[in-house]
Amino acid sequence: MGEYGCFDIIGPIMVGPSSSHTAGAVRLGRMAREIAGELPKEVKLMLYGSFAETYKGHGTDLALISGLLGFDTFDERIRSSFTLAKEQGLRFSFITGEKEERFHPNTVKFMITTHAGENLTVIGSSIGGGSVEITEINGHPLRIKGDFPTLITFHNDIPGVISKVSECLARYDINIAFMEVFRKEKRKTATMVVETDEYIPNEAMQEILKIEPISHVRFVQPV
Amino acid sequence: MVNFNSIEDLIIESERRLISIGQLVKEWEAEKKEISITEVEEKMRTNWGIMKESIILGINNPQKSMGGLIGGEGRRLHDYCLTQKTLSGNLVNLAVARALAVLEVNASMGKIVAAPTAGSSGIIPGVLLTMQEHLGVDDDRVIDALFTSSGFGIIIAQKASVSGAAGGCQAECGSAAGMIAASVVELSGGSPRQAGHACAMVLKNILGLICDPVAGLVEVPCAKRNALGASLSLTCADMALAGIKSVIPIDEVIVTMGEVGRCLPESLRETSKGGLAVTPTGKKIAKKIFTEKK
Repeated sequence: MGEYGCFDIIGPIMVGPSSSHTAGAVRLGRMAREIAGELPKEVKLMLYGSFAETYKGHGTDLALISGLLGFDTFDERIRSSFTLAKEQGLRFSFITGEKEERFHPNTVKFMITTHAGENLTVIGSSIGGGSVEITEINGHPLRIKGDFPTLITFHNDIPGVISKVSECLARYDINIAFMEVFRKEKRKTATMVVETDEYIPNEAMQEILKIEPISHVRFVQPV
Repeated sequence: MVNFNSIEDLIIESERRLISIGQLVKEWEAEKKEISITEVEEKMRTNWGIMKESIILGINNPQKSMGGLIGGEGRRLHDYCLTQKTLSGNLVNLAVARALAVLEVNASMGKIVAAPTAGSSGIIPGVLLTMQEHLGVDDDRVIDALFTSSGFGIIIAQKASVSGAAGGCQAECGSAAGMIAASVVELSGGSPRQAGHACAMVLKNILGLICDPVAGLVEVPCAKRNALGASLSLTCADMALAGIKSVIPIDEVIVTMGEVGRCLPESLRETSKGGLAVTPTGKKIAKKIFTEKK
């Protein structure tokens, strides 16, 4: 009886009807909000695969908007999220995408405009049982699962960046749980995803941002 | 920490210590998570509270499901068994009505407890609340019974599966029915060994059950399979309490369920590419939903 606990079997408490199409969709929306740093001003959501085919019957659309509003998977306001989004001034629209082989069957692309006017593209998939993965931010391939506090850096792919980041985290007594580095091409732009046991304070984020080859950092709370 | 790798392990340890499987699993969970038994109990009490709320909501205030295919059937059966002479007995019908009601709450974006999944979330609350009232036991006993279900579910998840995409509906509604059969045997004063037999008899009867949701939605035939899971669990629990044994031991039945699940073609594992989903009516419904709502 190693990997499962009692509350994996009796639980979680969630709003139905489907862990992958509803609960997973809420979590994807929350991660997109976390990556944007705030409730976006406007978002276009492109749905792929089974998300595109069955989103109405599973409330996937309501769930994704709920996530952008910061709701939990057990929030009974999920059903009325469209009205609540309009009240909060979030403009949104859904489009269905053509099938793309590289995507998991339950995939969504968020095309976000923030209040500061920044444009952001986030792609993520619901991979079963409520587990999710963000697989792309602004065209950069990566993998974020949302189970831990997560630091994401965008930097030039040159030696030494990883050690500088990990040195900074160590100074703040932050333990790295998992870490992955991604890039499209050698010595061009790269991303680093660092999942930590502890919350990363703003001062640490500012210090990391000062590290020379790093152009952007983002911090994502577990969802 | 004692580790359990089979239902037989759970039964032997419970018998040795003269406690229920539920109590044993509860202690194990507390030890594993390094929290107190009270904390573990409170967490389960919260789940039980949500389960009861979902029953009340589904019976008193039925909603049409998101796909529009179900809604109000739990209430209908509930009213029928309160006012008519039923064929299979009012208790069984009440448990079934409640199982239907919870699944309807799930399908209309209401709050439920996945047990073990959202698609099979009606069976355990429906049966357990009905047996709690029938046997006149308090919430503490019911919470222990939910730990019995968890223990059986954990072994099933490890040795077979509780996911329709991996193992068909047998893995979801079958597991839920088997888990709650074991629980109500203990709730009714049966032995850990009898609980094992009850679960085995349920699983033997749903072996091979496919997962074929119409239009990909957790509505048809999911609601009625929750209903059948509820009634089957009570039949098997009664057989076990009467002293009837499963000739094939529970652990062997679980392994078999996993093997049968892996043998099911992909079209019959939650893909909506086979079974009832591709009947003329199933296809017509899918077409209607997708053209209307896209």
